[in-house]
Amino acid sequence: MIQTIDYAALAPPLILAVVAGVVLLLDAFLPRTARTPATLGLVTMAGVLGALAVVAAQAVKGLTLSTFCVPADPAGGPACSFVVDRLTLVFGGVILAAAVVVVLLSMALLTENDPGSPDSAPPVPGAVPGRAGRVIPAGEWYFLLLCALTGAVTLPASRDLIMLVVALELVSLPVFALTALKRYDARGSEAALKLFLVSVVSTAVMLFGVSLLYGMTGSVHLGRIAARLACVPLAAVIPGGAPVGVLVVAVVLVVAGFAFKVAAVPFHFWAGDVYQGAPVPVAALLSVISKAAGFAGLIVVLTVALAGQARIWAPIVAVLAAITMTVGNLLALRQRHAVRLLAWSSVAQSGYILAPLGVAGPDAAAASVTYLAIYAAMNIGAFAVVARVSRASERNELDDYRGLAFRRPAEALALAFFLICLAGLPPGLAGLFAKIVVFREIVQGGAGWLAVVMAVNTVLGLYYYIAWAGRLFVPAPGLASEPGRTSSRPLAIAIAVALLVSLALSVAPQLVLSATG
Amino acid sequence: MIAVVIGLLAVPLAGAALLLLFTRAEPASGAASEPASESASGAVEAYVPPRLAGPGWIAGPSPHWYGVAVSGITLALALVLAASFDYGRAGVAQFEVDRPWIPGLDLRFHLGVDGISLPLVVLTALLTFLCFVHLVRHRPDGGRFRALAFTLLVLEVGMIGTFLALDLLLFFVSFEIVLIPMYFVIAVWGGKDRAAAAVKFILYTLLGSAVLLLGLLVIWAHTGTLDMVALARAHGAGMPRTVQIVAFLAVAGGLAVKAPMWPLHTWLPAAHTEAPTVGSVLLAGVLLKMGTYGFARIAIPVLPEGAAAVAPWLGAFAVVGIVYGSLACLAQRDLKRMIAYSSVGHMGFVLLGLATLTPVGMNAALFGNIAHGLITGLLFFVAGAVKERYGTAELSRLGGGMLTRLPYLGSLLTFACVASLGLPGLAGFWGEMLALLGAFDPAPGLPRPLFLVFMAIGGAGTVLTAAYFLLMLSRVTHGRADEPIGDAGLPEEPLAETAEAAGAPRVRTPLAVAEEPVEPVATVATVAGPPDVPGPRLGWPRDVTPYELAAWSPLIVLTVALGLWPKLLLAVTDPAVQAFLGAR
Repeated sequence: MIQTIDYAALAPPLILAVVAGVVLLLDAFLPRTARTPATLGLVTMAGVLGALAVVAAQAVKGLTLSTFCVPADPAGGPACSFVVDRLTLVFGGVILAAAVVVVLLSMALLTENDPGSPDSAPPVPGAVPGRAGRVIPAGEWYFLLLCALTGAVTLPASRDLIMLVVALELVSLPVFALTALKRYDARGSEAALKLFLVSVVSTAVMLFGVSLLYGMTGSVHLGRIAARLACVPLAAVIPGGAPVGVLVVAVVLVVAGFAFKVAAVPFHFWAGDVYQGAPVPVAALLSVISKAAGFAGLIVVLTVALAGQARIWAPIVAVLAAITMTVGNLLALRQRHAVRLLAWSSVAQSGYILAPLGVAGPDAAAASVTYLAIYAAMNIGAFAVVARVSRASERNELDDYRGLAFRRPAEALALAFFLICLAGLPPGLAGLFAKIVVFREIVQGGAGWLAVVMAVNTVLGLYYYIAWAGRLFVPAPGLASEPGRTSSRPLAIAIAVALLVSLALSVAPQLVLSATG
Repeated sequence: MIAVVIGLLAVPLAGAALLLLFTRAEPASGAASEPASESASGAVEAYVPPRLAGPGWIAGPSPHWYGVAVSGITLALALVLAASFDYGRAGVAQFEVDRPWIPGLDLRFHLGVDGISLPLVVLTALLTFLCFVHLVRHRPDGGRFRALAFTLLVLEVGMIGTFLALDLLLFFVSFEIVLIPMYFVIAVWGGKDRAAAAVKFILYTLLGSAVLLLGLLVIWAHTGTLDMVALARAHGAGMPRTVQIVAFLAVAGGLAVKAPMWPLHTWLPAAHTEAPTVGSVLLAGVLLKMGTYGFARIAIPVLPEGAAAVAPWLGAFAVVGIVYGSLACLAQRDLKRMIAYSSVGHMGFVLLGLATLTPVGMNAALFGNIAHGLITGLLFFVAGAVKERYGTAELSRLGGGMLTRLPYLGSLLTFACVASLGLPGLAGFWGEMLALLGAFDPAPGLPRPLFLVFMAIGGAGTVLTAAYFLLMLSRVTHGRADEPIGDAGLPEEPLAETAEAAGAPRVRTPLAVAEEPVEPVATVATVAGPPDVPGPRLGWPRDVTPYELAAWSPLIVLTVALGLWPKLLLAVTDPAVQAFLGAR
């Protein structure tokens, strides 16, 4: 069988993969100077922007592209493994736009860690003295980042189970290495190990579910799975063939596998330690890009392959969503470390994203994706400001943010805006509209209890967001003297980009709404 | 005229944006404007990065009059709107603006005014303007005046937007806009326990808002429209009774937190007590009205069957609130706290009027809204002035003899209290009287005996209201003037001493979690006042200043005018009320 490959459809992941290779080669052969990390960063940025441009072009054309197709056979109609449709493009756009900010954060981090650069940091605590040199190798960093992005962009386009699993692993594996790439950092190593173990277990769980689905339907293509499950009504399955229990188990296992990736309760334990231990750009990557990829996979599986089985998975997802938002918010209430707080709060936000899927209405996926897109903008912005502050104070506790409005008014106002957005209150209208979209979907679906749970959670969430935002405006003379590190241009650009996008979404959320629904 | 309607929102918004653009950073304790905090200003400059400490923002043009100008333009626009309003058609929305904003959410930028909203829009613009006039000379300690002006302007956008909105979601968005600015007003410029009060305020009201949103979405899910005009015209068509009851419970629950209705009022005393004067004035004068306005505008016209089912309960909670508020007032030891609890009682009358579902009751509620906004605004202004001069608002420490010591202030306090307790001839009377009249003859379908009981209890409440105000007046304004000096401080510098005692332990952190105390700021300024005014003589602080008088006199004039000529307001609200209840 000869497959024709539509390279136009494949272009975004291809570009990222090719640039990843280029970065590795450049790192190996370029003379090592002080400017090498910056050069590699710029190459990476060019790759990400190129992929983003392709996604934008595909969106403008508005065609549905598909490739890696198998022809129709007795088992069913033609089925494709890689489909570029509206959902794919929205996810691709969100992931790549977030990637732009992550690359900017990485550039700031890597120049900071480069002893040759003018504004380098004093040696990181824990670095072994005498082994001078870059604490984080730039070439490997960007290579791994691009690999993860390739996987993240491939995942929303995947329409068969094997491709889904491969793409998901492609997102996960480089992130373990990225987490541990800060050499001689015990916290980073611990975080990487935790992430690795949790992720491997979740992959195993999901593979088991996937194999059950394949065993029941005899196909890996999502469309064919849906067709098989639809033409064999569940009632008819019970007497002779596979019992309905198998299907339930398969659904639960697949959902559980993705729940690990999006850090949904009860598979959330890794989030706090891993976010805190990893470098801030990696934490941002985990909380936005990796999470978006996880949701892409979940939405694709649930709404394409298991669309007819909504009454099996919807209650599970609804309960999962309610528990996730509650536990995430309760954990975030007591945090004193900025990144840990963001970690638990992003667990809670996962709950809000899951909630529309729990009622399985016709627009559930659109509502989830809308929330995810707006969440991505505001959360990555918060991480950008946190990265900025963590340059000045290694501890990065909430108390280090006291009086930020007097030391760095622009950053403080930006952070306050992002936090209020995340809380979902005006003037952070983007967050408010995102919440309204989700609430509307839940109320329309008739899940009143879930709406009430989410309403209470909104209040819980506000408590810690406003506590943090309030600190920014409290004078703190003790923190007055800041080390003489000058501001970093990539970080400033990163914050500005996130702020502009969040502001734009506040005034015109229609931008996202029309793209998703 | 459409430009005027949009301008009502755009002017304060643009004013706030300009402030944001031209403010780089500000000293923590208002070194530029507060003379008494000069000791602190040195420390301030020490920890501001030199890049920011340029002359452009410390010694630059002070925004004394900026807020007055912006809110003055807004007030002028509101008056233009009131002047060109067609009072013959007060029942229908006029000057409508209807543009799509977010088609994906069905959210339209739909504004308009009718007889119900026009008085409230004017009241909001007036109170905000008066607050800025008051602020020209009377700054709350906490400094950062630009930030305060910015916050108040954003607050004004939210408040006016709430009253102008004719789209359910737009109403909700405006309703939410006020939360964050009010939080910061309390948390940054508030009194001793401001941190807890601010957090309580925002969490409580956000919970209410979230429930309100659910109710609005239920309405939307069943009718498919967010247009308040169409929904009010439909009188609940398309929604089964159970849905209406559920939606009414959610909407009313959300609004009742804001109003506030007993037993959801517990955020209010703390917030009012800790907020600075301007915060208390706007909180009592406008923010509470947003709750009752929501009842009159959304809950009752859009969900008539739900309202009919829940009205007895609403009335019961309202009269409990009246009695509870009065009894709580009798037990208060702090002047501001007492006024705060009196708001619970007064809003009880407003809610009782709404619960009757009759035109008389609704008109009473809308009248009571405006009257309460004027009178309680004035009361909080006066109470703030008392606190500023005495350094405390505790009744026992205020002692007696205010009429001897500060004759003007004492008379104004007496006037405001007498107006608030509902003396015939002043604005406070009509709202209460009409509400009781409405309860005498509730809408058909409501249990009349029950409402007669409500009326009786409410009548007893008016007596209690008179009791606590007169008791307070007898303790504070009458009596001998030398009482407080004897027990509150040293004879040499008694008032400054009390202020120190009250102000010194303050820690300027809005959140309870902060541990280490930061430098105390600007503690003495509260009593001494600006230096260009003759300083306090021994134990005799200044009486009412021209700025205070300017800020208060419109409220006094309107209180008297509405009291003598209630038709002024009733003629505006009545057509709209008739239209809302007409098809019943």
